[in-house]
Amino acid sequence: MNKNKLAAAFVEPGCAVNHDKSDRDRKRGCSAVTLQPGAAAGGCAFDGAKIALQPITDAAHLVHGPIACEGNSWDSRHALSSGPSLYRTGFTTDMSELDIIHGGERRLYRAIREIVERFQPPAVFVYVTCVSALIGDDVEAVCRIATEQFATPVIPVIAPGFAGSKNFGNKLAGRALLDHVIGTREPDHRTPYDIAVLGEYNVAGELWQVTPLLDRLGVRLLASVTGDGRYADVASAHRARVAMVVCSQALVSMARELEARYGIPFFEGSFYGTAETSTALRTLARLLVDQGAPEDLLSRTEALVAEEEARTAEALAPYRERLAGKRVLLYTGGVKSWSMIAALQELGMVVIGTSVRKSTEEDKARARHLIGAEADLFGQIPAKELYARLKRGDADILMSGGRTQFVALKTRTPWLDINQERHHAYAGYTGIVDFARQIDQALYNPIWRQVRRPAPWDQPKEAGHD
Amino acid sequence: MTDFGNAAKACAVNPLKLSPALGGALAFLGLDRCLPMLHGGQGCTAFSLVLAVRHFRETIPLQTTAMSELSTILGGADNVEQAIGTIYDRARPNVIGICTTALTETRDDDISAELPFILERHPEWQDLDVILASTPDYAGGLEAGWSRAVEAMVQALVEPSGRRRTLRRVNLLAGSHLSPADVEELRETIDGFGLKAIVLPDLSGSLDGHVPDDFVPTSLGGTPADLIRGMGESVMTLAIGEQMRPAAKALAERSGVPFTVFDRVTGLEAFDAFVATLMDISGTGPNDRLQRQRSRLVDAMLDGHFFFGGRCAGVAGDPDLALAMSGLLADLGCTVTRAVTTAQTPATEHIAANAVMVGDLDDLEQGLGESPALIVANSHAKDLSDRVGASLFRAGFPVYDRLGAPQRVSVGYRGTRDLVFALGNLLMDHDDTHPHPAGETTGERENHDRHIDATLAAG
Ligand code: SF4
Repeated sequence: MNKNKLAAAFVEPGCAVNHDKSDRDRKRGCSAVTLQPGAAAGGCAFDGAKIALQPITDAAHLVHGPIACEGNSWDSRHALSSGPSLYRTGFTTDMSELDIIHGGERRLYRAIREIVERFQPPAVFVYVTCVSALIGDDVEAVCRIATEQFATPVIPVIAPGFAGSKNFGNKLAGRALLDHVIGTREPDHRTPYDIAVLGEYNVAGELWQVTPLLDRLGVRLLASVTGDGRYADVASAHRARVAMVVCSQALVSMARELEARYGIPFFEGSFYGTAETSTALRTLARLLVDQGAPEDLLSRTEALVAEEEARTAEALAPYRERLAGKRVLLYTGGVKSWSMIAALQELGMVVIGTSVRKSTEEDKARARHLIGAEADLFGQIPAKELYARLKRGDADILMSGGRTQFVALKTRTPWLDINQERHHAYAGYTGIVDFARQIDQALYNPIWRQVRRPAPWDQPKEAGHD
Repeated sequence: MTDFGNAAKACAVNPLKLSPALGGALAFLGLDRCLPMLHGGQGCTAFSLVLAVRHFRETIPLQTTAMSELSTILGGADNVEQAIGTIYDRARPNVIGICTTALTETRDDDISAELPFILERHPEWQDLDVILASTPDYAGGLEAGWSRAVEAMVQALVEPSGRRRTLRRVNLLAGSHLSPADVEELRETIDGFGLKAIVLPDLSGSLDGHVPDDFVPTSLGGTPADLIRGMGESVMTLAIGEQMRPAAKALAERSGVPFTVFDRVTGLEAFDAFVATLMDISGTGPNDRLQRQRSRLVDAMLDGHFFFGGRCAGVAGDPDLALAMSGLLADLGCTVTRAVTTAQTPATEHIAANAVMVGDLDDLEQGLGESPALIVANSHAKDLSDRVGASLFRAGFPVYDRLGAPQRVSVGYRGTRDLVFALGNLLMDHDDTHPHPAGETTGERENHDRHIDATLAAG
């Protein structure tokens, strides 16, 4: 495996997290969470890399490893496409024992050829996994040769599972784009309003809740990295005037590199909640104007924000009444630990606790600031404890990912999916209204009264039955 | 004829196969108070967990040895030892089931040799059973892993019994293709003959979808290890699916319990064979209820066969599942154009299909021929069936876009009847939207009309 590549990705001088670390910690970088055997939970670096790159919808994504990596995971991510569907096809070399003994390079090469010949994709991403890394397959060399032979970019993604966490894999995916993709194409034309968005994967169609706003401002999404992305657009991301990082930690290093290489200023933001969305739009406009876009963009943005905020407030009013004061337990991580709080507070809900696993120090500080001193910031909590809290009735609703869904439901507590596999989009002004609607539906479903009823044999006996 | 895959093909497209380690872990969930653990990278466990949670709609206890690159190179014994300790302290399981992965097997990481030493060092774990199953990714799919885990359970727990026998007690070895509800159905049938079954593994108590009173960090309600120890005293082992043959054999070798393998228990004739065996063992006849159930199945076949005859279907799944589903379709006159499966096993040879191959969902899609009416496969085949315009009947693992997959009964007279209805209804819907030239409902009528036209013209 290419040690230098991995080491380079560990180094993150500008990252807010790393600033506060000791020298030793800093060298360990973001993969540093030492996993405890028997008590670890979470995806691997390969998973993270695939999440970050698979939304490039017209490319083929080939996983080089035995069946576990792709066989157990393809077809389970809900990043949507407005056109091509090749990204949803699961490709894997499904390495056999012989491949492992003799090396899997030849099979990999042939697999790439099969894909190129049959599907003619604009590019093929090749993901290294634990086993192909361990046996020392030179995937970079195979990709280089294949790129030449088949006149198709074949991009090695060196993020084997055991290299670290899902977050670290996101980051390694960013590295692969910087090393092999971004800057390799030029856009047809350029405008002063060209932007790149990093880290928005269009889960459940969230990007599409934002693009209409950009359209109305005349801002052009030159490159979406990578939600509903196209290979050629991502390859020309270096021509963006401004970049916005939506998922703060994972792709911030990539944004820094874009700034250093191509002079693209960037900011971190979120599209969850009215206030965050307005801030993001304003910041985009200001940075674009700084970069030379006509000044009137600012006033047009203000007008749009005013109009949308008024409309959203009106749409939210009936929900706010029903949701006000309801207690939410948030079990997510990273940037969502604070961005979701803002959105929930806008609805008048009380966040009694949020998990800050996978969150940066900055994320944590923001969460603490929003949530108030009494509320709980916690890391990973064992399912048993989560169960106990919900059973006690600490919260009116749990918002989390699919894994803890049934912990909540078994305590007969309402639950809402806010992670990757969710089917509803919550971004932008329309998103917050959908979010409110979904919470309302979860909380006020008539089943809660019924399923909490004791069985007839557990009912307290009523005296005198006539 | 089995075609063992497209040997020239280097790239699996839309894989059908799942990892054996996942299969092994699911089998361990059928032991009482067990915590399965994958020996490999943490990502393997995360993916398996997500699939199992989505399929069963339950919390699933599953752990990992969280191997890093370094620990893989240095050998994984330390991680295994540490993981057992952590799990023991936190969850107090009765059994820990370890399933290896390609990563740890590639290093020739001989945990089976190390394990006795590890356990020796920890006398405090003496009330704990640790069972190791070798389930590398490159050896088959989910079914293979399940099969190897059950064999490992037998090897680890069943005590040699000499000639001692407990009358009226049988062992039921349940394959991975059976749902928790299937297992319950078989147990009830066995009960009906006045026999008691020890089921291994038994998901019917742990993953049958119920709301327990408290949270338990292990499986709850599977087969207790102590019962398994006594399996050598049963009079007979009934193994469901070819995949259970190795475990049945191991049991016979350890304790002399004779066994019968039923390649399927779905379908009238197939279940008749199972019932005949129970009659033999018990020396009693079937109760009224079972007789009634058989009669209802016969009626369902009479009512339903119209919608199967002449239709074409494709089947994808692990060998025993593919055998059961293709077999039932063939029983009803439906042609299985192609069956795709995940490994070559003794079952593969007997899958009733025009072509059988070891491959992926893309192989299924390419080999369906014209106008397939029905696809039987897991939820991953949704896009595929939309593309080819066939109805999808979800079977196997994972089924995440239907409610109640683990509660569906597809075995026995009653389960087969329900299956005939479900499949028949899908075929009926398909006929309505895609008039089938060979179909009884439209095709026969057209022929009939043409015949009348011709007669009239001649007259
Ligand atoms: S941990 Fe390694 S072997 Fe397991 S899924 Fe991730 S990349 Fe694949």
